[in-house]
Amino acid sequence: MSGANRIAGAGRLTPARKVRFMFDGEIYTGLEGDTLASALLANGVHLMGRSFKYHRPRGVLGAGSEEPNALMDISRDSARRQPNVRATVQEVFEGMRAGSQNRWPSLAFDVGAVNDMLSPMFAAGFYYKTFMWPKVAWQKLYEPFIRGAAGLGVAPDEPDPDHYSSRYEHVDVLVVGAGVAGLSAALAAAMSGASVILCDEQAGAGGALRYDTDVTIDGDNGYDWAQNTAAKLTAMDNVRVLTRTTAFGYYAQNFVALCERVTDHLSDPHPDLPRERLWQVRAQKVVLATGAIERHMVFADNDRPGIMLASAARAYLNHYGVAVGSKVGVYTANDSAYAAAFDLARAGVSVPAIVDTRDAPGEGLLSTAADLGIDVMTASAVVGAKGRRRISSMTVEGGRGKTQIPVDALITSAGWTPAVHLYSQSRGKVVWDPETERFLPGDNVQASVSVGGCNGVTGLQETVDEAIAAGRSAALGAGKSKRLSLRIEAAGAIDWSGGMSGSARGAGADSTAKTFVDFQNDVTAKDIRLAVREGMHSIEHVKRFTTNGMASDQGKTSNIHGLAIAAESLGRQMPEVGLTTFRPPYTPVTYGAIVNHSRGKLFDPARKTFSHAWSTKQGAVFEDVGNWKRAWYFPRAGEDMHAAVSRECKTVRETAGVFDASTLGKIEVVGPDAAKFLDLIYTNGWQKLAPGRCKYGIMLREDGFIYDDGVVARMAEDRFHVTTTTGGAPRVLNHMEDYLQTEFPDLDVWLTSTTEQWAVIAVQGPKARDIIAPLVEGIDLSNDAMPHMSVREGKICGAPTRLFRVSFTGEPGYEINVPAHYGQAVLEAVWKQAEPLGACAYGTETMHVLRAEKGFIIVGQDTDGTVTPHDAGLGWAIAKSKPDFVGIRGLKRPDLVAGGRKQLVGLKTKNPETVLEEGAQIVADPNQPTPMTMLGHVTSSYWSPNCGRSIAMALVAGGQDRMGDTLYVPMPDRTIEVEVTGMVFFDEKGERVNG
Amino acid sequence: MVETAAMILPHEGNAAGTGVVTITPAAFASRLSIRARAEAVAPLSRALGVKLPDAPKTSAKSRNGKRTALWLGPDEWLVIDEAGADLMAPCAKVKQLHAAVDISHRNVALIVSGKGAEAALKAGCPQNLSLEAFPVGACSRTMLGKVEVVLVRDDAETFRVEHWRSFSDYVFGFLAEAIRDPVI
Repeated sequence: MSGANRIAGAGRLTPARKVRFMFDGEIYTGLEGDTLASALLANGVHLMGRSFKYHRPRGVLGAGSEEPNALMDISRDSARRQPNVRATVQEVFEGMRAGSQNRWPSLAFDVGAVNDMLSPMFAAGFYYKTFMWPKVAWQKLYEPFIRGAAGLGVAPDEPDPDHYSSRYEHVDVLVVGAGVAGLSAALAAAMSGASVILCDEQAGAGGALRYDTDVTIDGDNGYDWAQNTAAKLTAMDNVRVLTRTTAFGYYAQNFVALCERVTDHLSDPHPDLPRERLWQVRAQKVVLATGAIERHMVFADNDRPGIMLASAARAYLNHYGVAVGSKVGVYTANDSAYAAAFDLARAGVSVPAIVDTRDAPGEGLLSTAADLGIDVMTASAVVGAKGRRRISSMTVEGGRGKTQIPVDALITSAGWTPAVHLYSQSRGKVVWDPETERFLPGDNVQASVSVGGCNGVTGLQETVDEAIAAGRSAALGAGKSKRLSLRIEAAGAIDWSGGMSGSARGAGADSTAKTFVDFQNDVTAKDIRLAVREGMHSIEHVKRFTTNGMASDQGKTSNIHGLAIAAESLGRQMPEVGLTTFRPPYTPVTYGAIVNHSRGKLFDPARKTFSHAWSTKQGAVFEDVGNWKRAWYFPRAGEDMHAAVSRECKTVRETAGVFDASTLGKIEVVGPDAAKFLDLIYTNGWQKLAPGRCKYGIMLREDGFIYDDGVVARMAEDRFHVTTTTGGAPRVLNHMEDYLQTEFPDLDVWLTSTTEQWAVIAVQGPKARDIIAPLVEGIDLSNDAMPHMSVREGKICGAPTRLFRVSFTGEPGYEINVPAHYGQAVLEAVWKQAEPLGACAYGTETMHVLRAEKGFIIVGQDTDGTVTPHDAGLGWAIAKSKPDFVGIRGLKRPDLVAGGRKQLVGLKTKNPETVLEEGAQIVADPNQPTPMTMLGHVTSSYWSPNCGRSIAMALVAGGQDRMGDTLYVPMPDRTIEVEVTGMVFFDEKGERVNG
Repeated sequence: MVETAAMILPHEGNAAGTGVVTITPAAFASRLSIRARAEAVAPLSRALGVKLPDAPKTSAKSRNGKRTALWLGPDEWLVIDEAGADLMAPCAKVKQLHAAVDISHRNVALIVSGKGAEAALKAGCPQNLSLEAFPVGACSRTMLGKVEVVLVRDDAETFRVEHWRSFSDYVFGFLAEAIRDPVI
């Protein structure tokens, strides 16, 4: 038997298909298709959790995603664990482990329940007032305590071994909700020829037809019709039916995000199956058929386990075959709960009383109740409930005075709230309908339409007709107009109209009872009244003060009650107080689904250069430079980083080194106005640069600060080969393209990124020419024919090359550019020449040290977006005669020409062994009390093997006038004395490069 | 005597597949980025033997089918020659103003083919790739996951995914992961 409360013959599950699962350490048996909630109820378990703030025992309230109470920790194994799962949504599977949350040591005995006794201390907004003093205690004491005591589940602490998938889709029509409205709309759209996605958060189609068994559609039982219709839709080529799929976010331009739970209901899913699949759907038209959510009654102690929504009790009975109790009381303010009572009574469950707030229920209900022997107490109210871990009786007040009726379950209905969440997310503004006292969708802001229950339609045939019309119209709007003759006859549904909102009798302003409005956030009617008394007159303030309608629940059952109570307290009408905005997600979404494929190696693209395999073979240690993987240094046996870098630095200057410089950005600038364009983009002049020559260029932003730098080669009159910094490559191209299109559109010039076209092998050092000479064809490498800062085209190892004679080391050197696929072979050939001569492979660290020895700056390290060329000692690179270039006016700003600006200088520590920390602050007087006057900071600092001492560069206020001065770098443990120097530490005259 | 350098393409060895889709590296092709205004389009088309298309998201093929010109922007085309022919030389003879840049080695490509090809790309490409919206011959510079790609639909079930060479591991890794999902 799968639980004592399972009723033979009731429900749609197969008794033979048993599933065993664990809840709080005990093994239970359920049936395939059960939710955790239905399986526990079948086993007589109502106590499923403890409330957020007061730790009150809680049972299940609903049977769907509106559930605020029964939040569970669900796991397959220790890594596959998820907290805060709704027991009403999670399907049971063999071997599932479920655990209740927010209780210690056990669900039945929870120490935190003392909060319930202390509840006067925990009134709404208590943490804004009670714990404000002393200030430091908030962070150290109060907040950790509150966060520990309150709260939901515990986040998993192991990496998630599951994988998640993603899919973009474009359809003519997206239908959200596969109840009678959604199915009808999807059918009409699909039969008109439109491409359709129909999604529903439930395991199958049907919506309210799961529990409303009185419905007949086209001669069939409503639920069967739903299954047949879903099957028919699934079989159509132009339709995709997605169950267990929640449309959780409605974004701009009809972009709707759906999360499909693919394996959470399977006991042994195939490893290739993603756990969840994120569908990002762009639809021409969105049909919202999200139905309505039943509201609970607000009365004293209305949160006792065993008190639940009438529709939920009906779903448990009619779909899962589970009786929620043996003596079930009913408390209602509308007609729909009667159907639940009648179904229960017909299934043999005792229904001692229906308590109805109204004087008279709808037609025929009283006589049916009488036939079934159910006592209907009109103009009455439930004013209390007893039973701590499960309701034991309800106290009724009415025409017959005050009576206490023993019950073991109580089902309630205050009416139905149209589920306008997605409509609201689409930026639609809901409109108050005074006649039915509901907020309904107003004008559609996007291409959407609401049909059925979420649109306030209460009649079944009316719903079907409206849905068919909407589906047809959506298809026509997408240009799909196949002839359609579709008529669906439906009858017999419950009436979803009527009801009440706000607190019921006995829970008024004078009451001190706990009458829960928002179960998930433990908000009572009293809290909302308190918020109003404290001066919160806007519903937005009330929400934030009380937390009503917040968190993962988003007020599905509580919003309207909360609003009604606030409105009553304020003496205003509900629409005057307004409704808060619904925010995505409709129900919680896992990070896994949002991130989907973008984890591990796919989290961020790792860009590899042509030399990656070769460098790996050479033992390179790589570093991340932006998205690039670059060889950092090449340690040999027994070497640490310091030793390897020292060796590489010395080898390059004594012999030669080979370096992969491919990541530098490259832009081909082509057209008759190419030089004119570069004149405008760079500070220096380009007209006179002869083809075959290179020049170092600096570009500024409009504000006069350095933006990027690099060597530019003129390949021909109308063709330049521009290089940029590695990090600057994409933005420099954008910057140039921006100016070209918006400021200089009259120029005949085009830009193309060639960063990845070329593999760049730098060969630097006194032996550089000896190394490459045997490999090069058609280029005279002699100093006279090819001096420093020149470029030639020819061949290397038979591959075409643009051979640059440039140097970022101060040594004579070349940068061999070859089409990238040839890079590895050419590099191997170069290495074959280089290695016997004693040359080394070097990485970015050595590159940094060597350039610092020569005082070459790195934009972004030695500059920070507030440094002008003058500040950097590069004033010589600004052409004096040019009438215009980007940044020319910025450079004239008073602040940029004023004295005392931070300028780039060299620093030598008085103790040559001491290496400064990059980023360290610099002061003139180390004895000044704090806060000290900071003159600047260290931008680059290294041990220089070639100088035999430490070297550093720094931005120092008025630095160029402080040459020879002694300054101080205060550190936590000591103060370091430094001397201000020029920036060139090695080969000051710069003679080596021409060697 | 120095050996002539061999080409090594980054996708060498990158192949994956399921019953419904295969991912294979495209062979070396020469490629040209062309930037030009309207008056140069006809002479460039003649010189290259393939029409530079003027409609967005369209491509055109040469008579032998080996050369494709892809519209990437109002003044920008990508020409791909699967025979690896020199594309710079014919353009050099065109007098009308234009810019031609050899990018044969900047891009590489994967071929995604089979019934599940469209679904594989839809794992990371937000564009509408249905045959209706993206018919055979359609092309677009777009996104796949986190990187820029140029997509061309070679036939109903075959796409060419052009991308910069350093993104090879990412593009292949993304597609190999995407095709694990059996839903097409």
